[in-house]
Amino acid sequence: MSAQFTQYLLTGLTVGAIYALVALGFSIIFNASNVINFAQGEFVMIGGMATVSLIAVGLPYLLAIPLAVAAAALVGLALEKFAVEPARGASVVTLIIITIGASIFLRGLATIIWDKRFHALKPFTGDAPITIAGATILPQSLWVLGVTLAVVLALSWFFGRTLLGKAMLATSHNRLAAQLAGINVRMVLFLSFGLSAALGAVAGILIAPITTTSYDVGVMLGLKGFAAAMLGGMGSGVGAVVGGIALGITETMSAGYLSSAYKDAIAFVIILAVLFFMPSGLFGKRGGERV
Amino acid sequence: MLARLASPRTGGLLALAVVIALLPLALTNKYFYDIAVLVGLNAIVCVGLNLLIGYAGQISLGHAGFFGLGAYGSAILASRYGWPPLAAMLTTTLAVAALAYLVGRPILRLKGHYLAMATLGLGVIIFMVITTEDKYTGGPDGIAVVPLSIGGFVLQGERIWYWVVGALLLVAVWLALNLIESPAGRALRALHSSEVGAEVVGINAAEHKVMAFVISAVFASVAGSLAAHYSGFVTPGKVAFLHSIELVTMVVFGGMASTFGAVVGAAVLTTLPQLLAAFEDYEMMLFGAVMMGTMIFMPRGVVPSLARLFQSRRQQPSSGEGSGT
Repeated sequence: MSAQFTQYLLTGLTVGAIYALVALGFSIIFNASNVINFAQGEFVMIGGMATVSLIAVGLPYLLAIPLAVAAAALVGLALEKFAVEPARGASVVTLIIITIGASIFLRGLATIIWDKRFHALKPFTGDAPITIAGATILPQSLWVLGVTLAVVLALSWFFGRTLLGKAMLATSHNRLAAQLAGINVRMVLFLSFGLSAALGAVAGILIAPITTTSYDVGVMLGLKGFAAAMLGGMGSGVGAVVGGIALGITETMSAGYLSSAYKDAIAFVIILAVLFFMPSGLFGKRGGERV
Repeated sequence: MLARLASPRTGGLLALAVVIALLPLALTNKYFYDIAVLVGLNAIVCVGLNLLIGYAGQISLGHAGFFGLGAYGSAILASRYGWPPLAAMLTTTLAVAALAYLVGRPILRLKGHYLAMATLGLGVIIFMVITTEDKYTGGPDGIAVVPLSIGGFVLQGERIWYWVVGALLLVAVWLALNLIESPAGRALRALHSSEVGAEVVGINAAEHKVMAFVISAVFASVAGSLAAHYSGFVTPGKVAFLHSIELVTMVVFGGMASTFGAVVGAAVLTTLPQLLAAFEDYEMMLFGAVMMGTMIFMPRGVVPSLARLFQSRRQQPSSGEGSGT
């Protein structure tokens, strides 16, 4: 394994971990409500930008990060309460437009609260690169990988072991049956937006020291996260993580070995190719159309 | 005779013609004409897109890609290679139709969110190719386009363009209305309600979906070519994801499965940013809020919602007719 290959692999893993977090957000909301939330990328932006502001007023990371995540979660809950809940029962296209409207609204709000400039965030712990097998990795990348791993483990514990997690899972399998079993599916839907927003915010905070952040950072990250979730199979937690990592690595590899100009396009070429041959993604439910 | 006039095909078309003919009375300066031309061009795209979204029930989040291909095809062939603009436009349109046919087959096998993803991906890929291949397209800076000339006659100025675009919009609406009432249009509506059901009664669902896709791509491409010649300049912004979203929003805002709704949607959402520009910094936020608000309170779109209100006042509520789900 050449050093260059290792380098691309590490970079790809870092980017892929971020995609995975965003994709998990898409999947959680999709499971609870069958809604594709196109404002998911804006949670990423809110996480990063809010942390920048809180650090600027002098708060330490330990305080700024939880506050920024909480702020994003609140925005997520508000989005559900005021935009998705009132439109229950609307068609797929209508719901897509509502969430896209929300994303434009949030971007506009961000330009007013903050500005249109790029903001850098200080790495959590220094910026001296660490050398691994001839390749270098930033300490921040280790934070990205570590926190993503912790979040994935926490989520699998949450969905597998806690009553609330199981209730959310049950709702995704069969909404009506879950309701009959006494699960408050409206509460599940409400909370899933908060949880997704928090995940997006975590991703935004983790990546900000590496790529900087701005009011429109969520557009591309949102689309890539959507692509990752689709690649894995929308609604599958494992799929979201695998899809995110796979997308990140392929993107970095093809940027390195093929063409860096088409780096962003490659993700979408892969998606189209996969969808042509596996219309429900790698881990998606295969189901026929009901008449 | 009166009954015929009240039908959407004859009466609606006549009403639209009257609006287009009388509108110049209210257009007191060039700026208003300019907006009217932009409305017309967007309306042409939306009338085509509505066949796909409203009637065939298939979403596309990538139609700005076809609009952009039309614009850049015309720009490159006519301006860089000196082709006659009409020949350039025709060649571009045929090429876009061929592309839409080729990608339409595999893409339209997908449903719902997966179709949304695939069309979005297609649009993004077209956008990236256009911004990256700057040798031909001028990259992010865009490219200048020669004015549209037919024979020796050069089309220039907002007023002339107003009449050209107005006439083409009428043609587009007429074509769409006829298509909807033809057997092919009925097939589209049938597969919208149930694809399996439509196939059981012998409709080739795949073929009809691809047909709607190709027609909508052609409408978008022609409008793109015209827009390029009209403004004399194209930038990748017209190909971006956000423009695709604007187009879909226009269709849904006006009302899905309503051809005149698509025209109304295009008119409102093209003018809205001009009005909101007065709010400067708040423009983007307000646009998003209007988008959310209309979809939450009128999920069926403006025209069908108003038509329903009107109908239920005039007669006892009757279900079915005119809802066009």
